[in-house]
Amino acid sequence: MKYLVLLIGDGELPPWDSLSPEEQAAGMKKFEDFDAACAARDGVQILSGEPLAGPSTSTTLRTRSGRLAVTEGPYAEAIEGLGGYYLIESPDLDTVIELLGVLPAYDMQITPTIDPYAM
Amino acid sequence: MPDVLGQVLRDDWGRLLGRLIRGSGRPDLAEDALAEAFVQAAEQWHGREVPANPAGWLATTAQRRLIDAQRSEARRRAPEFRRAVASGASVQPVVATPGDDVDDRMALLFMATHPALAEDVRPALALRFVLGIPTEVIARLFLVPTPTMAARLTRAKRRLAEIGAAFRVPAPATWPERVDDVAHAIYLGFTAGYAPGGDERRRTADATDAVRLAVLAADLLPGQPVLEALAALVLLHHSRRDARFAPDGTLVLLADQDRTRWHGDEIAAGLRRLTGLPPTSGYAEELRLQALIAAFHATAATASETDWAGIARAYRRLEQLTGSPIVRLNRAVAVGEAHGAAAGLALLRAAGERLPGHHRVALVRAELLARDGRVDEAAAAYREALSTVGEGAERNHIALRLARLEGRGGP
Repeated sequence: MKYLVLLIGDGELPPWDSLSPEEQAAGMKKFEDFDAACAARDGVQILSGEPLAGPSTSTTLRTRSGRLAVTEGPYAEAIEGLGGYYLIESPDLDTVIELLGVLPAYDMQITPTIDPYAM
Repeated sequence: MPDVLGQVLRDDWGRLLGRLIRGSGRPDLAEDALAEAFVQAAEQWHGREVPANPAGWLATTAQRRLIDAQRSEARRRAPEFRRAVASGASVQPVVATPGDDVDDRMALLFMATHPALAEDVRPALALRFVLGIPTEVIARLFLVPTPTMAARLTRAKRRLAEIGAAFRVPAPATWPERVDDVAHAIYLGFTAGYAPGGDERRRTADATDAVRLAVLAADLLPGQPVLEALAALVLLHHSRRDARFAPDGTLVLLADQDRTRWHGDEIAAGLRRLTGLPPTSGYAEELRLQALIAAFHATAATASETDWAGIARAYRRLEQLTGSPIVRLNRAVAVGEAHGAAAGLALLRAAGERLPGHHRVALVRAELLARDGRVDEAAAAYREALSTVGEGAERNHIALRLARLEGRGGP
């Protein structure tokens, strides 16, 4: 299965900008460790993953009564903190959860993808 | 005849379901298919010759039904232009794979108590997945209509399939973080059988399935204190079930129970597990202390020989651990027995503040006051308890205590 992982909030971690260069380096190391842990695991592959620019750079599209409305900012407060994502191939959810333990302790959401042609 | 099927259900359900899930990766369809195979067996075997290998017959029948279900799902889901292809045979047949011999009940237990499922459905799903308990029995245990329970189980099974929950035993290193969920789910299933409402005597008997599950879990995952403590607790508690109801269905208090009707073999089994268990921490310690309290009761030859001081000590530790006002309430009862009604009443006041309007607070106060000879105050407290308790055996019990206190009826 494929899973979309959203790194959705800092949780109990201090904001990235408030970290010292050493602390930021330690945080980056965890992302590298996560890459390595995924690569080492049978059946697991990071298909895609990027850090995202801040919420002030987001644009939201809504179509209402057939009219497209473009507004500044993220869709909802819930995803203002969205800092990055991964698309991961994994045999099951439990493997994803286990591997995500390697990352910094962000609040995250995991959602399986589906094949629209198989629906 | 019917008991061949009952026997297969008891002995082979978990193994059969495990193999179907392992082969298909579809816990939802696999469970439906196996349940349908059992229904078909009940119809076909009735009054006729039972197949030489009943478990094998059920395995084959369920496997066929599972393949049919996967095919029809593939057809239903495929868009028009792909439907012709899908109606061919794009479905993975269920084949025996290496690992068929392992005990899949462990993997079923972890799957049914998966942390990504809502907590309240886990006990029901564990009873269904691991032991194959019929939905109507689970519904009765949890006091909901059968269709409601069926819908809840179906939703939970579908979610397991959709989220891709693993069907395997997690690495032993991760057991400590998962076994609390396993124990909690089984314990909720057990206590459901003791909650007031419905046919209480029958529902208490239904809790036997949760006891089986607790013992099985402790045996499947040895060396986990939380599971060992759970098994000890439910064995000791449930050993008293037959003495808990009078012939007319009224609740019999622990002190008034006919102790010859307690199950001595189950008490012995519970004590064996408990004595091997050193003090620990967290949820395991909570269950261990509760088991210890149950053991004090179980080993008293008569009610008056109960070691209430020992029970009061265990409750004090349990209160430190949980901070629960219900534990404080029970501690007040034990202290009242061990050190006199006044000491119990003093402890009770603090519990009362944190449980406003709870009928048990008033009931315990009534019992302690009655023992202290303060009849009028005791009667008022019984009436207060009656004003808040729901229908059921406990209400009848309180009414009876009040009647006895006032010299109306009863010994």
